[in-house]
Formats: sequence, structure tokens, C-alpha cells
Amino acid sequence: MTAIVALRDLRKSYGVGTPVETEVLHGIDIELAEGEFCALIGPSGSGKSTLLNLIGLLERPTSGDLAIAGSETAGLNEQALTVLRGRHIGFVFQFHHLLPAFTALENVMMPSIIEQGVATADAEAIAHDLLLRVGLKGHEHKKANQLSGGQQQRVAIARALSRSPRLILADEPTGNLDTHTADDIFALLREFNRERGSACLIVTHDPRLAARCDRRIELVDGRVAHVSSS
Amino acid sequence: MARPKLPFEFLVALRFLREGRMQTALILLGVTGGVAVIVFLSQLISQLQATIIDRVLGSQAHVVMRPLEEANQRALNDPASIAVIEPRAQRLRSIDQWEAMVKLAEAQPRVVAVSPVVSGPAFALRGRASKSVALMGVDADRYRRIVKMDGYMTRGTFHVEGTNAIIGIELAKDLGVTVGDKVFVRAAGGRDELLQITGLFDIGNKDLNRRWVFTTMKLAQSLLDLPGGVSNIDITVTDIFDAQDVSERLQAGSGLTVESWMTTNSQLLAALRNQTVSNNLIRSFVIVIVALGISSVLVVSVVQKQKEIGILRAMGASSNRIMGIFLLQGGLVGFTGALAGVGLAWGLLQFFSSVYRTGDGAPLFQPHLDTGIALSAALIALVVGVLAALIPARRAAKMDPVQAIRA
Repeated sequence: MTAIVALRDLRKSYGVGTPVETEVLHGIDIELAEGEFCALIGPSGSGKSTLLNLIGLLERPTSGDLAIAGSETAGLNEQALTVLRGRHIGFVFQFHHLLPAFTALENVMMPSIIEQGVATADAEAIAHDLLLRVGLKGHEHKKANQLSGGQQQRVAIARALSRSPRLILADEPTGNLDTHTADDIFALLREFNRERGSACLIVTHDPRLAARCDRRIELVDGRVAHVSSS
Repeated sequence: MARPKLPFEFLVALRFLREGRMQTALILLGVTGGVAVIVFLSQLISQLQATIIDRVLGSQAHVVMRPLEEANQRALNDPASIAVIEPRAQRLRSIDQWEAMVKLAEAQPRVVAVSPVVSGPAFALRGRASKSVALMGVDADRYRRIVKMDGYMTRGTFHVEGTNAIIGIELAKDLGVTVGDKVFVRAAGGRDELLQITGLFDIGNKDLNRRWVFTTMKLAQSLLDLPGGVSNIDITVTDIFDAQDVSERLQAGSGLTVESWMTTNSQLLAALRNQTVSNNLIRSFVIVIVALGISSVLVVSVVQKQKEIGILRAMGASSNRIMGIFLLQGGLVGFTGALAGVGLAWGLLQFFSSVYRTGDGAPLFQPHLDTGIALSAALIALVVGVLAALIPARRAAKMDPVQAIRA
């Protein structure tokens, strides 16, 4: 199976060149296969979110290699990284981070609007279909603040899937939800993973949910402490 | 609800503006007020200037050619001796080769009309009344292109022939005459003629209404003892502010004394220029204030929207496109404010033109809006809006998406 994400000796420091330079990731070697459903676990401050941001190309590593969908990212400029991110990666954040000025439908269409420049009929059809799939039929034209927390997270998942990315990065997508809703959201991600073959890397503190993933990578103090598979 | 049709940057810029209702309304109000002040002031001042210029220049030529003044000169220029040279009394003289001078003036670019005039002092007599007047021998067709006499006629038409004369309403009142009456005119040299009044004019200047007596050139030449001659050549130019340039060229080409209205009315010109400078200063201050207003509101908007900026970046929006969103917001605010400002300025012009009136009841200024002024103000507002948005837009574009999302 080919790797959608490949990290080799990845390091990240903050305050580089200053007296307070701090390395938060100390040489991470991870590969994530196409279609894999993987949990990234570990205590707070272990570097999970930083690692997720690096893989999401939102931050640059201080050193080491990072390849997304076979493309080495080290030599890419900001523009190329943006294109790569838009083409292959979908994000689901802990606090859903919907755009409050837009409706649920528009939020789901937004990645496509960014890529195409305008909202196309195809993008609208896909967004309608995704909202139907996440159980939000009839809520398409509601603004984010008119939806419950669970509904907002469903919209966020639909948005992350709208361009059929090869990789979904979810930063504690259930961290702000009650157990029942968290289970629903997790099931939804799992369902899409199986159905569409998108690899999924989920940061979670919930051991119940982590146990239901194909693989668990545990970070402790910026290092991979333990990897286990189901 | 139909899917949005606008391009990404427009869509997001408009939604951001719509979302920040109060801020957007306030800044729009600021731009509208600023543009309205600029347009209203510009229109008002340009109209008042035009009125002043029209009133002053409506009864005079833009450029006048006259013979050189006569001067006494020493026969022997001996530097060892001292002499007191008295100024010479100026007699009424004709312009030498005036037909050639008229052709020279007509050949100049930016000259609209040229009219030779035979002008000199005389007395108008009727019964025991005797009034000092200025006899004006003109070719009516040429002269009406210098001074729009047709518009000033209160009785009769501006047409002179034979011994007909056209006089001002004040002189008519002083002499107790009207159209159809006769008046006796005697020039300084003693020549006289009985003139029939065929028209009365009111030029809006009591002194000129009391002094000017229009006759044919031939009659004036005869009365003023200038056979075949003219005392001055009056000229109108396309743009009144070209008058000085035209007069300098004519002086160089003719060797005559040539004066423009800008020389003879230098105080008025200075006042007009000062008014223009004041207007420009006010406009500049307003533009700076509007720019600061737009910029500060957008800076706040960037801070407020940093989470959204981070999300858009995470979804694949490049920093240039984020910058475009905020530049567009500045442009949209500038453009919309400009449209509203032009509308408000039009309303103010309508209102104040009905409130402020001249002594004779006419509006102090016309309520019409010059398209050029409105368009240039709108363009300035648009450009200022975009430029004012530059700093916040760059700030938004440089924002670290991770920090922005965490904010």
C-alpha cells in the first residue's frame, strides 16, 4: 500500500535562533497508508496538534522530510503548499470552525469555491449530497450559529470531504461533544473512510474512540512513544 | 436559496462586510459624508467661481490690444547730464495697421472671437442734462461674441446702423429717454451728432449702464476723430485662464500693448486661486480622514476575522487571495460610499440652492451636478478605499493560519 503521508526525522522548533528556542518534535518517523484510519494520541503538550499542523502543511518543519501524496514538500513555496493542501487534505477542527457568515451549504461548498473560483453546479450537488449523508437535510440554508454543536461538526466533516481528499486530518473532532454525539461523529468519519478510501488521522484524547482505529500512534514529549495496530 | 454566483473574493468580501453590519454602516457613513463634502464643495466653489468670473468677465473682453503709450524720449542720451522726463499726455489714437492686427489675433490658437472697437469719451446731452459717456463704435456681429449683449438687452435688439444708438438703462433714466427718443452726443474734440435710441441694455453693472453708448464704428470714428481707425481690439479666448498666455504671444507678435483680464483683475484672480487652494486643502483633509477611517475599520475587521482567515487558508486559499478579499472590501466600501456620497451631494445642492438666493431672487448657485466632478470623486473614493485597505490586507495575508485558527 502506498503512503499518503511519509515523515522522516521530522523536527519542529519554536523560537529558532533565540535564547528560548524550544524543540517540540524530536525526529518523527511515521507513514500513513492510503485509506488508513489512524489515531494520534498522547497527553496534552506532547506535540499532537503541532504534528497535525505540519502534516496539514499549515506549518513548516524545522528539519526532516515530509511527503504528501508522494510529493516532497521541503522545496515547495507557499503557493505550491497551498495548492497541495487544497488538493489532497481536508481538515476537521475541534471547534468545527465553520465560517459564520455562510450557510451550511456554502460552508461545504467553500473548498470547491476556493479551488474553482466560483460555486459550480457540481459543487452544489456534492454539498447537498454530503449534507444529506451527514443527516442535515433541511438544514442547508441555516447559518452556523443556528445549528447545534453536533450539527456544526457534521457540517465540518461534510466540508472536509467535499473535494474527496486523500487525507483527512481531524484535530479532536469529538473533544467538544457529548459521548453520544461524539460516537455519531466518529462513526461518520469511519464510514466515509471505508466508503471513499480517504486516509484519516485523528487526534483524540478518548481511548474508546482510539481503540476503534486501525492504528494508534502515541506521542510523548515530542517523540513517538508507542505504535499499536488493531 | 440559489448558490452564490460571485467569485470567491467578492463573495467573501461582501459577506464579511454584511456580517460586520455596524462597522460597515459606520464606515459607509464616513465615506458617504466625505464624498458628499468633496462633491458639494467642489460643485459649489466651481459654480460660485464661474458666477463671479461670468459677472466680471461678462462685460469685458478676455484680452485687449491697444496702441503703445506715447512717451517722451531724450534727443541726446548724454550720461553726463541729468534730465527730468515728464510723462506725456495720452491722446486717443488708432492702432496702426489694425486690420492686420485683427487677422494676427484671429490666427492665434485658442482665440474664439476678435472685435475691433472705436472707443472714446463723449457727452450725452438732452435738455439741461449732460452726462459723461464712453462712445463705443462696434461691429455688432463681432462684438456680441465678446460681450453677450443679446442677453443683456431689455428693449430692442443689439443692432447698430446709421445714427442709431444703444444705451444702458441707467443713462436712459438719467437723460429721461427711452427707445425711439433722440439724444445729442458731443465728443471731446467738439464733433457732435443726434442719435436715435433703438435699444436699452442692462449689463448688471450700474456704472457701465450709465456710460456705454453703442454706435456704428463709422460714426464713432467720425465723432472721435479717428477716421478709419480703431482704439482697441477686444478678444475672447476658449478658456479664460489661457488669456494671459494668449496676450503674451500677441504682445510679442504685434508690439502693441496687450493686456489680459488676469492682469487687469489680478486681485480677483488671486482670490479665485486662494479659494481653489482652500478647496483643495479641505478635500485633501477629507480624503485623509476617509482613508484613515476605512483603514482603521478594516484593521479591526482583520483582527476580528483572523479565525476565518485561518480556516480559509487551511482550505486552500492563498495569501494573495486573502489579501484580495480585504482590498475588495476597501474598494467596495469606497465605491458604495462614493455612489451614496454623490447622491447626498446632489440632495444638498438641491436643498441649499433653494435656500440661498441672490438679491434678485435667483439661486446663488445652480442645483445641477457636474458629471466630471462626480466621476472623479467616485474614482478617488474607490482608489482611496483600495489604498486604505492595503495595510490591513497585507496584515491579513501575512497571518499565520495556525495562529489565526487558534485565536
